Amino acid sequence: MSELSYKVIVGLEIHVQLNTRTKMFCGCALSFGEEANSRVCPVCLGLPGALPVMNRQAVEHAFLAAMALNCRVAEFTKWDRKSYYYPDLPKNYQISQYDLPLGGPGYIEIPLEDGTTKRIRIRRVHLEEDAGKNVHTAGNYSQVDLNRAGTPLLEIVTEPDMNSPEQVRALAVELQRIVRYLGISEADMQKGHMRFEPNVNLVIERAGQQFTTPIAEVKNLNSFRALERSVAYEIRRQLDDFLETGRTMQTGNKSTRGWDDAREATVLQREKEEAHDYRYFPDPDLVPVTTTAQWLDEVRAKLCELPLQRQVRYVREYGLSDYDAGVLTADRSTADFFEQAVRDAGDPKRVCNLLTQVGLKLANERGRDLPGLGLRPNDVAELAGMVSTGTVSASAANTLLGAMVETGKKPGVLAQELNLVQKSDAGELEAIIDQILAANPTAVADVTSGGKKSRKARGFLLGRVMQKTKGQANPKVAAEILDRKLS
Amino acid sequence: MTPVDELTAIELRDRIAAGQISSVEATQAALDRISRLDSTIGAFLVVFGDRALQVARDVDRRIATRQPVGPLAGVPLAVKDVMCTSFGATTCGSRMLQDFHCPSDATVIRKLLAADAVILGKTNMDEFAMGSSTETSGLRRTVNPWDRSRVPGGSSGGSAAAVAARLCSAALGSDTGGSIRQPASFCGVVGLKPTYGRVSRYGLVAYGSSLDQIGPLTQTVADAAILMNVIAGHDPADSTSVNEQVAPVDNYLQKLDEPVEGLRVGVTPSFNAGAEPAVQQAVNSAIDIYRGAGAEIVEIDMPHLDYAIAAYYVIATAEASSNLARYDGVHYGYRTPDPQDYIEVYTKSREEAFGKEVKRRIMLGTYALSSGYYDAYYLKALKVRNLIRGDFVRAFEQCDAICMPVAPTTAFRIGEKVDDPLKMYLSDIYTIAVNLAGIPGISVPCGFDDAGLPIGLQILTPAFSEAKLLRVARMYEARTDWHTRRPAIGG
Repeated sequence: MSELSYKVIVGLEIHVQLNTRTKMFCGCALSFGEEANSRVCPVCLGLPGALPVMNRQAVEHAFLAAMALNCRVAEFTKWDRKSYYYPDLPKNYQISQYDLPLGGPGYIEIPLEDGTTKRIRIRRVHLEEDAGKNVHTAGNYSQVDLNRAGTPLLEIVTEPDMNSPEQVRALAVELQRIVRYLGISEADMQKGHMRFEPNVNLVIERAGQQFTTPIAEVKNLNSFRALERSVAYEIRRQLDDFLETGRTMQTGNKSTRGWDDAREATVLQREKEEAHDYRYFPDPDLVPVTTTAQWLDEVRAKLCELPLQRQVRYVREYGLSDYDAGVLTADRSTADFFEQAVRDAGDPKRVCNLLTQVGLKLANERGRDLPGLGLRPNDVAELAGMVSTGTVSASAANTLLGAMVETGKKPGVLAQELNLVQKSDAGELEAIIDQILAANPTAVADVTSGGKKSRKARGFLLGRVMQKTKGQANPKVAAEILDRKLS
Repeated sequence: MTPVDELTAIELRDRIAAGQISSVEATQAALDRISRLDSTIGAFLVVFGDRALQVARDVDRRIATRQPVGPLAGVPLAVKDVMCTSFGATTCGSRMLQDFHCPSDATVIRKLLAADAVILGKTNMDEFAMGSSTETSGLRRTVNPWDRSRVPGGSSGGSAAAVAARLCSAALGSDTGGSIRQPASFCGVVGLKPTYGRVSRYGLVAYGSSLDQIGPLTQTVADAAILMNVIAGHDPADSTSVNEQVAPVDNYLQKLDEPVEGLRVGVTPSFNAGAEPAVQQAVNSAIDIYRGAGAEIVEIDMPHLDYAIAAYYVIATAEASSNLARYDGVHYGYRTPDPQDYIEVYTKSREEAFGKEVKRRIMLGTYALSSGYYDAYYLKALKVRNLIRGDFVRAFEQCDAICMPVAPTTAFRIGEKVDDPLKMYLSDIYTIAVNLAGIPGISVPCGFDDAGLPIGLQILTPAFSEAKLLRVARMYEARTDWHTRRPAIGG
């Protein structure tokens, strides 16, 4: 068999549910988990005579996303009807955007595993309304729940610039961070706030010839894991299929596949791309949106440093590890809290350790974000300072942070109350060490003899010091005194 | 003599307000006429007798106790059954919605109720407003009160017939391609299609969304003005209704009787040549009336009007094919009794409940929007629409108002055109361009043909100039008595 190499080509379509107060074209509140058909009105039910009214907040959210993705924001954008019949689509058309999306070409930077970043081009960003849900639990008929119908969805389409499952995942994760940073979506995967549809194929080189496999689109993936694995699966499947059949891309042989989570495999849904004719035309019930420079400036003012930029800056500016910087910048509130604490004169690395080792864990346990713990950034800065000056040990500081969350008290006060202030007073420690040396002549002899047992005996003596002081001895100071006395 | 029979809406309103007639009396008189005459005319699909009398009693009580009442207090009205009401069904003349009940009222209905009008019932129409004769109604046949072998026009044929037969004081209709003006002309009443965006479409079941507009059908121009005073205005629930800062709503009654100084009337003789001689004659006589009133008559050129019907039947049907997609048997309305799967729910429900004309227009519109045909049909039609708008803009640089026929003929015989859709479509020749341009137009009675059938004069003015339009119409009405003639229908 001849040499074969291949390149993976993936483009991604992402739907992000925006966290507006109301639906895209009516006054109904957004819904999750409520009783079926309890968050509906004539507009989102598509009743005769009902008319849509555009949600300005959704449009502003979408503009913000477009700006963050470096897209050209349209000066003129409009709404189009996309027609298809499905029971969860009450009007049998979806209000969407066709030829004049609100966001034009742009790009997103994604982090790669080697620490560099890669630019993935964005083709377009547009807004549309979500459909409802068909429910198949009633027996021999189906039911329709329209609570979700009319929920604003941001659709982002990338160019086919990703070349591995890892890159696809990185883009999805990065996009989640971005929309959360911008405050335009909760991007909660469990609630279906982000849905992915990768388009995958391979360019195969064999014996100096190039072959392109038919594109497969995997529909409706709602976890990073499924996204990454479905792409990995498609690579294997398409490679096998090519070796077996030699099939290559032709017009009309794009297939649509679903993801079977249990079997960890994609499953064929439609063999040939159906000649879907959505009969797009401008929605006569809505007026086009003309943007003004002033409006866009107002939206642009809500832009912030994006997570990846921030992560890179933390490594550069604060000397944090890429991993820690990633954890701190995963969401905006954590990063903002961290920076506030650092500004309040906290040592960045110590603040980082306190937040990543204790703060985020506690927040997670309580189902809150970091600011939701009620900590004051300047208290955390002060606590970090107490570690730096040796007033408390690093492990005591972790205990204190927990106690601060519990009680809301200042770290200095708590350190006293909990007896966690380290004994660094040389005189006091010297007296204690003298007593211990006197009481343990064998160990002293082992240390001074300098043999095999020397290190172990020294450890034993230091342990006795910590025991005697109930852990409050500053280990550094205690070790110095001990070493001086034993030398 | 009964109050609805002899009095205009404004006269009745004034007498009720003065305590000379009670609203209950007037309402009961209307209900009596309906029960006596409507079995032959067929104007109403539903009559809310108890509800109407209850509202009337409330109005009478408030007038008796000198509480404030609205500008239509106690006046019995009818509304075309294409406007959503929270009471009774909203059928659109279709078996599809025969049992459909809306949860809320259309904006115009809310405004009528807030003005203390008494809504007697809902009137028949061509199915989903698609038709020019009310013959496509899936629910009832309506005849012309002037000649029961003839159509009342359409699609607001029920409202026009009801006003002509004085079954109500006035009515609301909707106009997508002439559906207020043409039945007004056929039935010898006044019918006004306001500027697109002047009256809220919220709760008006859509046919061609970029063309549809609600307006009054009345006995007189003044009645049209008072109804406009009630229903016009911006509605935040309708994005296409116009902001009043951009186009303020006038008090349409205020200067109604003041003639327009230096009026220039635009005429289109070559375009009018397509109409029957009697119609041409009546329109020419009407123009003479304006000339006699001191108006300057200006011949105008409207080079693109010939393409209006073609453009209209692409745009309106394209929008209709999408607007009517929601009637699928899944969520509400008619559902086929024994579907095998969900596709059959769609196909059989639609096949069984929609009439021929509705299906024809859905197919036309679906075709026009299909990939590969969009540019040749829909996009081209939009370009024609712009050219027609341009024709009107240029015409209104030369004149203040345009006069032309409403329809090429008087009321035709029932069954005469129903199997020849193209012929039927061509009867919209004079009204359709007005919807494409979005400007206001009115039909006022201007004579009768040899068979004694009414003829309407159509007057057009620029967008949002309804006040002027009504004044120009009133100038004619004040000098003629066509509007006082009534069909001999007994009672």
